[in-house]
Amino acid sequence: MSILLDILGSVGLWEAVLRIATPLVFGTLGVLLCERAGVLNLGIEGIMTFGAMLGWLTVHGGGDLWLGMLAAAAGGALFGLLHGLMTVVLGLSQHVTGLGITLFASSFAYYVFRLAVPTSSSPPTVTPFAPWPVPGLSQIPFLGPVLFDQTPPTYLALVLVAVLGWVLFRTPLGLAIRMAGENPHALDAQGIDPIRLRIGAVMAGSALMGMGGAFLTLAAFNSFFPTMVQGRGWICVALVVFAVWRPGRALLGAGLFAFCDAFQLRLQTVVDGVPYQLFLMLPYVLSILALIVMARRARVPQALMQPYRRGER
Amino acid sequence: MRLERRDSPAAALTLLAPLGAILAALLLMGLLIMLAGGDLLRAYGLILKGALGSRLGISETLTRATPLILTGLAAAVAFRARLWNIGAEGQFYMGALAVAAFGMIPAVASLPAPVAILLSLIAGAVAGMILLLVPLGLRLKFGVDEVVTSLLLNFVAVLFVSMMIDGAMKDPLAFGWPQSVPVPDNAVLPKLLSRSRLHAGLLIALAAALVIWWVQARTVFGLRARAAGLSPRAAAFAGVSLGRTLIGIACLSGGLAGLAGAIEVMGVKGYVTTDLSPSYGYSGIVIAMLANLNPLGVIGAALFSAVMFVGADSMSRAMGIPSYIADVTVALSLLCMLVALFLTQYRIRR
Repeated sequence: MSILLDILGSVGLWEAVLRIATPLVFGTLGVLLCERAGVLNLGIEGIMTFGAMLGWLTVHGGGDLWLGMLAAAAGGALFGLLHGLMTVVLGLSQHVTGLGITLFASSFAYYVFRLAVPTSSSPPTVTPFAPWPVPGLSQIPFLGPVLFDQTPPTYLALVLVAVLGWVLFRTPLGLAIRMAGENPHALDAQGIDPIRLRIGAVMAGSALMGMGGAFLTLAAFNSFFPTMVQGRGWICVALVVFAVWRPGRALLGAGLFAFCDAFQLRLQTVVDGVPYQLFLMLPYVLSILALIVMARRARVPQALMQPYRRGER
Repeated sequence: MRLERRDSPAAALTLLAPLGAILAALLLMGLLIMLAGGDLLRAYGLILKGALGSRLGISETLTRATPLILTGLAAAVAFRARLWNIGAEGQFYMGALAVAAFGMIPAVASLPAPVAILLSLIAGAVAGMILLLVPLGLRLKFGVDEVVTSLLLNFVAVLFVSMMIDGAMKDPLAFGWPQSVPVPDNAVLPKLLSRSRLHAGLLIALAAALVIWWVQARTVFGLRARAAGLSPRAAAFAGVSLGRTLIGIACLSGGLAGLAGAIEVMGVKGYVTTDLSPSYGYSGIVIAMLANLNPLGVIGAALFSAVMFVGADSMSRAMGIPSYIADVTVALSLLCMLVALFLTQYRIRR
């Protein structure tokens, strides 16, 4: 029991929570934006992988760290455009297209990575983002190091939560995005083209996913290796349901999730006799549990996964 | 320019769609090879030669196609009934693990070979079924979308396999490597061709495709499954129990994926590791779509993928182009196929 309390009281645990949550926040916001506009984007797992690779490659090739984040966002947006063209313009199955994008984006990332870095025993590294203590605030005991001694992309993710929340619920653009996901016919009647709006939302959401991937290689770790995304994209899709499609709750969900992950990592080192694989299963099992809890309460955007064609119902 | 729905999908185009998609994917692959600075024609030639140009190449391609036919069928069967089973990868691993676990029962070693093989195959199929019944149960009971749950279970399944082969099922003679105890000799599938890895699993996979085709085309269950996929409400109105039909489909789909894992262990590797599948489960989705969900088409689509994987391996060794090119091409063929299918249903009018 005292071991548990020791872990819970350690600054290291709470500091790790925001770090682990950051890629999930980016990814979850990305999925949320797409789904609010009515498009399921299962391309996330591959887009995150591609973002992780492209961000790393940009910095490895001499680019600035922020240029790496930007490249990952642009790469993500391009895959978003592909997803949008196929599911929104052509109205193809969002499930299958998304999976296809994931398979394509991740294998393409591995291909480009191998071209750039022919087989080597240890993957080359870059100098990742260093923590940037917020002047003043980081001096607060306990809360300071936990909240205000993070890397800059983590602060960016937190700001984006507020920005997306504000845009979605306080601006005409947000209203239009939500209408595209609830009733695109009504949106069209207002004189706004749902197709363009949806493509824009999917591109922006996919850019966020790409940045989430880049956080992995440019802040959480310092190198790229295949399969490093490890299902984080799918977990984001589950977190959006848990968050009832609200950015604030998405942050809460990602935080809760990251807390469990950080906790199990520390528990692994002190509990003997339990296979470590059981601990590693925890994030996936938790995501499934979250889905079960929220399934009945979920208020899914009404036009999610329904392609829009003018004059067709 | 606008899109206009055809009254009925053009039959000839539907048959041509997979060929068009594969051709488009191969052209896009050419761009990527040029990006890598490779000689295009030489690369195509080396892929064909590597996969089909020798006895070894052909036997390797067929060996590779065997699990792909089964995972392709698993996806095709489920997708037709709108059951989104994306968990074939996990089901594959559970099937593989079940075979190894079954082989650890002392009495199995004294069974006659055909009985041991049959029971092992059943064990693998049942394990795959169980893993798919979990997400289906969650969908039917709580309304949880099975796409994400079956995806997440893939990771749980591989971790479970990793735990077992590093624990209770670890081979004590493997010098500390995490791998399962080997399958007993009497449960090993016979070879079809000497001095090759080609095994009787290919015949099982081909038979499975025929059986699934027959079930879908000629039985009441097949009709119900298709009805449930085309219009669940109309099917329910006609007296089809959606839950029961989906459970049947899940048993079939999960069973096929589990069978793929079982056969891979019994025919090729002999024991379970966590790198048993180079994402056979996910490739199955591509194969099912390329086949337009037709069980007999799955055989052809699986052969195409196998040619790409085996051929790209040998092309990669000769030209120094990453063998991931095969995965890229197969994924691209899926996206191209979706567009091709669209063109069979719509025409573009000015």
